[in-house]
Amino acid sequence: MTEWGLALLVVWPLLWGALTMVVPARQVTVAGGLAALVTAGLGVWAVTLSPQFLVLGNWSTPLGLGWRLDGMAQSLIGVTAVVGGLVSVYAWLDKGLPPTFWGLWLGAWGAMNALFLTADVFHFYVTLELLSVASVAMVALTPGAGATRAAFRYLLVSLTGSMLFLLGVALLYGRYGVLDMTLLAAQMTPDWPSMLAFALMTVGLLAKTAVFPLHGWLPQAHAKALTAVSAILSALVIKAAFYGLMRLWLEVFGPLATVSASWVLGLLASAAIFWGGYQALKTARLKRLVAWSTVAQVGMLVLALALVVQAKAISSVPSVHLWQGLVWLIAVHALAKAAWFLAAGTVQKRADSDYLAQIGFALHRSPISVVAMALAVISLAGLPFTMGFLGKWWLLSLAWELQAWAWLLVSLLGSLLTMAYGWRLLNLSLVNRGLPQALKPVSVARDWVALCLALLGVMGGFGGHWFWEGV
Amino acid sequence: MSSSFWPLAVLMSSALPGLVIFFIPETRRTLRSLLNIGAALVKLQLVVLLLLGLYAGETYHWQWSLMPGLTLALKVDALAGLFLILSAVLWLLTTLYAIGYLEHSPHRSRFFGFFSLCVSATAGVAMSANLFTFVIFYELLTLATWPLVVHRGTPQSLAAGRVYLRYTLISGSVLLLGAVILHGLVGTPDFVPGGYLADQGVATVWLWVVFVLLLIGLGVKAALLPLHGWLPKAMVAPAPVSALLHAVAVVKAGAFGIVRLVFEVYGIEFASEIGVTDLLLVLAAATIVYGSWRALFETDLKRRLAFSTVSQVSYVALGVALAGPFGAIGGLIHIVHQGVMKITLFLSAGNYAETLGIHKVSEMSGVGQRMPWTTAAFTLGALGMIGFPPLAGFVSKWYLGLGAWEAGANWVLAVLLVSGLLNAAYFLPLLYRAWFGPPPPAWPQPKTLSRVFETHGLLLFPPLITAMLVVLLGLFAGLNIATLGWVQWLIHREFGL
Repeated sequence: MTEWGLALLVVWPLLWGALTMVVPARQVTVAGGLAALVTAGLGVWAVTLSPQFLVLGNWSTPLGLGWRLDGMAQSLIGVTAVVGGLVSVYAWLDKGLPPTFWGLWLGAWGAMNALFLTADVFHFYVTLELLSVASVAMVALTPGAGATRAAFRYLLVSLTGSMLFLLGVALLYGRYGVLDMTLLAAQMTPDWPSMLAFALMTVGLLAKTAVFPLHGWLPQAHAKALTAVSAILSALVIKAAFYGLMRLWLEVFGPLATVSASWVLGLLASAAIFWGGYQALKTARLKRLVAWSTVAQVGMLVLALALVVQAKAISSVPSVHLWQGLVWLIAVHALAKAAWFLAAGTVQKRADSDYLAQIGFALHRSPISVVAMALAVISLAGLPFTMGFLGKWWLLSLAWELQAWAWLLVSLLGSLLTMAYGWRLLNLSLVNRGLPQALKPVSVARDWVALCLALLGVMGGFGGHWFWEGV
Repeated sequence: MSSSFWPLAVLMSSALPGLVIFFIPETRRTLRSLLNIGAALVKLQLVVLLLLGLYAGETYHWQWSLMPGLTLALKVDALAGLFLILSAVLWLLTTLYAIGYLEHSPHRSRFFGFFSLCVSATAGVAMSANLFTFVIFYELLTLATWPLVVHRGTPQSLAAGRVYLRYTLISGSVLLLGAVILHGLVGTPDFVPGGYLADQGVATVWLWVVFVLLLIGLGVKAALLPLHGWLPKAMVAPAPVSALLHAVAVVKAGAFGIVRLVFEVYGIEFASEIGVTDLLLVLAAATIVYGSWRALFETDLKRRLAFSTVSQVSYVALGVALAGPFGAIGGLIHIVHQGVMKITLFLSAGNYAETLGIHKVSEMSGVGQRMPWTTAAFTLGALGMIGFPPLAGFVSKWYLGLGAWEAGANWVLAVLLVSGLLNAAYFLPLLYRAWFGPPPPAWPQPKTLSRVFETHGLLLFPPLITAMLVVLLGLFAGLNIATLGWVQWLIHREFGL
């Protein structure tokens, strides 16, 4: 029963994604939207299961394909279900989406669920590749040469990343003869093929996560994409690649992930936080600002990963909550960034402009979206009372325990930077406006979807107790 | 007996109406005003009941676990009660005033929504039972006040808002850092009279580091010396917001935090043993003299009052830092007394600006003849600030003086004397000019706001009521229900007398 349910988690969206390609264009939104909501329901159901290991088709591990539903996978499936579900509602309300969106989005969702479940590095590569193709295609949905260029660039980076990852997988297979993550972790020895594989796979995933200095493709791709797509890419797709980094660094390559290796991650992360923040402070465009913020926030996630790696390497530190904190931060960012992109897209649509200088009046007339953006910024900056605040507290506590002063300072400054570029937007909404401007009509229901996401990012904090003590 | 419902009810009595107010259409003035005043009355009623319960020996505690070792916890103790009653009374009066003040201006629902959230955050600060909860509400207060500071949306108010956010957010991170380090050292237990750091065996260096970090975080809101820069800039905000910043919520949250930090985290004895109170004493004394000195040269009325706040709020820190029961009484009383006096002054200044367009000290000549009631209120507030007996300010200064004497810190007596003289120097000539100076041929921007009174009734009565409180709190200081009686009861517990 459970086995079938989990299979459905992957097969259902993939199947419906394919079906929407043949459904008549008028019914695509309904078919795709309903399929997406069912997928979300399946995802929420998967969170309630007890952790388990499944072998598909009864082939045991060296040969067969293992699926593992552990706390980490469950959390990511859950986050994807909640955020994906709400973004689907938004997409449903957005009449301007091309029908192909639903096929691609459902395909990407199925790929992500499979990616979170898989316990095998090769299968991980396959799902990652599927996800990348769907994502690139979603960027290309935006009409115009600019978006096509951005999508092409994304494709090149993504393919390169995949190639590097695959090379690493091949090296691992040659060296150990297995592909299962648990088996690999058990045999891992620090020799040169393993180190090379570690480096290749890490670089591949860093490029897909858009970690500095491999972030160049992201601001274009995320800003040019259609609003629902921007939210999906920023909130969910890069998290899938980051999830891969977590699995590699905390599990597969455990013995190789030393304190000095974590310093590399930390330095990249710091650069991402400052560079992304600086660009977000400077840009003149709304969605570009949100996209650059993603670059900075990805830096924050990688910084947290570096700290967790360090904590695992120094076993003297009580490892009560390590990956839980990372997952918590992922949820914070997914909810906040989806809310922010959706709200920004609504405002952009209303103002019919993406330039900060021209959206003032639309902001003024979109109080719900402004509140959504404000809550998202507050959560990302780690201010109370949000999930982000608890995440920040966890991060700072961990840095303090490890006596990692540099990282502690970086994460505090990163929060201030977040507030600084968030302030640019919120301040605009409070400026006294003179003459009213004509605005495009956009359903207020779309503002509310963004607010729902943002409010979840606030209320989630109250449920922290169950998460931290439950998983 | 213990009750967990009441602290939450106090918090929600302003938070829920605040959230509802956001959705009330701009034109539904009566509905909004009724909701606002109703909420303020309910809150006042709740707080009074709580105080009576406290006096009868009840305890009030509510908590919700968020992460292992971290709980969101609220409690009402005598100290919280002091801040709660101040903010509840002044919220009611400021709300009435604001309804009159903002009569025809735009974005009133936004204004009153954030106003209510501010008061909720203040109640949260007052009732926080541990440092973690305190940090949460302290930061919420920052976030809820910012839209009020920039309410007018003009370039000046946006600039003031930017300065405000810079100061408060940066200091907020420092506060957070301090709280995290302290959590790492000893965990986050509830605030307790006598503190919880004394026998933990934490290295003195760390105790100092944490104290300095937390003091920076609290000092910005309390406008301690190098961190006070935002307060005079924020005076471009509307008058009710100034009242909120200077009397009801913001600076008080900082001062209140310092009290909790010294009394109930470090403990007075332990704090003076490791010497951190000396740092606080020197900073507070310097701020008192500096604020008064700067106020002397300000020509803008609200800026002069702002620097006066810088100086006066540090009396609270001074009283705490003297580390003796008398000083503590003086400092704690001043939380309430400074609030009542300063709100009188700011509301009166708002009346001058709204009715006659007076912003500068030089324009106040003869205003007492045109607006005698407002000027009478202003006069009582100012005399109270100087410390004339038997007004409220005298009571605080008397106990601070006793505290300095008791602690053998004669130089503090000198500081009090100098500051008193400076207060007189910047208030008395102003009062003389207001009452006896010749009125100008024409006021800057006169408006007729009422046919009966000298200004709009809702603008006139709140400062008159607070001015009466300035007198009553001084005259009846010795009664149990007055501030002094309450604070003496409180200090007995803090010092274990």
